[in-house]
Amino acid sequence: MRKVITLITTIALFASPLSFANNSVSVSGSTSVSNVVEVLAETYQKNTNNRVDVQGMGSSAGIIAATNGTSMLGMSSRVLRANELTPFLEQTVIAKDGIAIVINESNPVSDLTLSEVNKIYRNKITNWKQVGGDDKKIVVVTREASSGTREAFERIVGLKKSVNGIQVTNISPSALVGNGNGMVKTLVSNNQNAISFISLGSVDDSTLKVLKINGVVSSDENIVSGEYQIARPFIFVFNKNVPKEAHDFMQYVLSDEGQQIVEEQGYIRVK
Amino acid sequence: MNTNSELNVSPQQAMMASKKDWIGMFFHALFIASASVGVISLATIAWFLFSEGFTAFKEAGVINLVFGSEWLPPALFGIFPMIIASLVSTLGAVLIGVPIALLTAVFLAELAPKWLANIVRPAVELLAGIPSVVYGFFGLVIIVPAIEVLFNVPAGNTVLAGIIVLAIMILPTVITISETSLRALPPAYKEGALALGASHIYSIFKVLIPAARSGILTGVALGIARAIGETMAIIMVMGNAPAMPGSLLEPARTLTANIAMEMSYATGIHASALYSTGIVLLVFIVLLNAGLLYINKKRAH
Repeated sequence: MRKVITLITTIALFASPLSFANNSVSVSGSTSVSNVVEVLAETYQKNTNNRVDVQGMGSSAGIIAATNGTSMLGMSSRVLRANELTPFLEQTVIAKDGIAIVINESNPVSDLTLSEVNKIYRNKITNWKQVGGDDKKIVVVTREASSGTREAFERIVGLKKSVNGIQVTNISPSALVGNGNGMVKTLVSNNQNAISFISLGSVDDSTLKVLKINGVVSSDENIVSGEYQIARPFIFVFNKNVPKEAHDFMQYVLSDEGQQIVEEQGYIRVK
Repeated sequence: MNTNSELNVSPQQAMMASKKDWIGMFFHALFIASASVGVISLATIAWFLFSEGFTAFKEAGVINLVFGSEWLPPALFGIFPMIIASLVSTLGAVLIGVPIALLTAVFLAELAPKWLANIVRPAVELLAGIPSVVYGFFGLVIIVPAIEVLFNVPAGNTVLAGIIVLAIMILPTVITISETSLRALPPAYKEGALALGASHIYSIFKVLIPAARSGILTGVALGIARAIGETMAIIMVMGNAPAMPGSLLEPARTLTANIAMEMSYATGIHASALYSTGIVLLVFIVLLNAGLLYINKKRAH
């Protein structure tokens, strides 16, 4: 009997937040997107007193959460795969993010072509002098497997190959791996020969040099016009009959004020 | 009253006896409960790892997973290079760290003047309290650039950097336990050796260290466990490349780093493969502990 009471109490304790959370919006998914959505949620809460819970756990997890209803909104930093699209799933682009190719500031190279980047990441170009730099070995730095930034980078630069019918990375396995934008920044700013890619919104370090790709600077205008190719959308994914609160929050994000915050955070507005 | 006192005492005694019994039973239960916390935790962790990692073992196959050399989620899940990286970095850390730790322990227990021991011992104990992320940062800022300069390699994020950081990290564990076991030896051992004409140094190496062997080995075992389980510092200094390292001057990824780096993003079979990485790690730790336990018992007889 006591066991039953304990069990019921435990369930009640765990379930009680759910009943309170009815009129709050739950958002989960890509860690890159959650950086900016957290700021948006904070100001939205101040303005309207509606709660928004943001949880960063990766694009794939966010899309799954939106599909099965665990979260009202899913955040994705990559275009949805064919097998993730379902008839009742809708998506809205809330911002765009460029991926900057960065090197150490002491490296004289300032311009690479997309195919050079591709070859560097496949270990076909291994020395900076092959791309007009010093006679030094290139230290390739990448992100951990299935990070949204890496996924987008691989797709755009063409670093995918097929193994047993499954798309996998073609980045050389001997490349250094940093987990998170911060780690990658530390690695590149401490190593003169390093090259890596990070979300443009998180470039703030003067010890990094952002490269031109095919002669194009990674500016907002060039990303919007599509001239700078290494860019990705930040997407909200949601079920067609998602509650009104979620729609309200989405409207706020796409409003002028919301888009202003997007811009302040270093990302590119879509409206 | 007098006649009643006997009657009065006996229920009291009975009550006291029953109370005593109750307290005894309570503590008995408390001891058992405390003792089972560790065992239950271990069993739960093992069950959890096996139930989560089973899918990957089933789909990829144990041989492909454990001896595969390519880590390409979600297609190929070979963790052999990571097993090698974990073993090599731990072995290296033990080879460098244990002799230093043992000599420090002997110094503290036998040779150091009191004022010097009072500086060294707190320093060593403080070393134990430093969080591993700080070790990692220290490695990234000091050891990694030093390796770049000393060995003229393009990137110092190498197995060697990991070994050096781990060697420093296991020092406090091994030193503290070795010193305690050296101090716990009966003074007769040393006095006997000296009385037989052995020099101080000779008595340390031929009498004291062999006599304290069991404690020292326990320290080494804990040190190994710390080294093989270390994650954060290793992620920061070892480069985490999933390829098989060709030498100590190449980057590598340990089993723990593999789990920690990819767990936050992984879904489906990829996540399962990370749990199975945990299973392999668990098996290694069990084997290591069993091996050391065996050596300890065999030598003791």
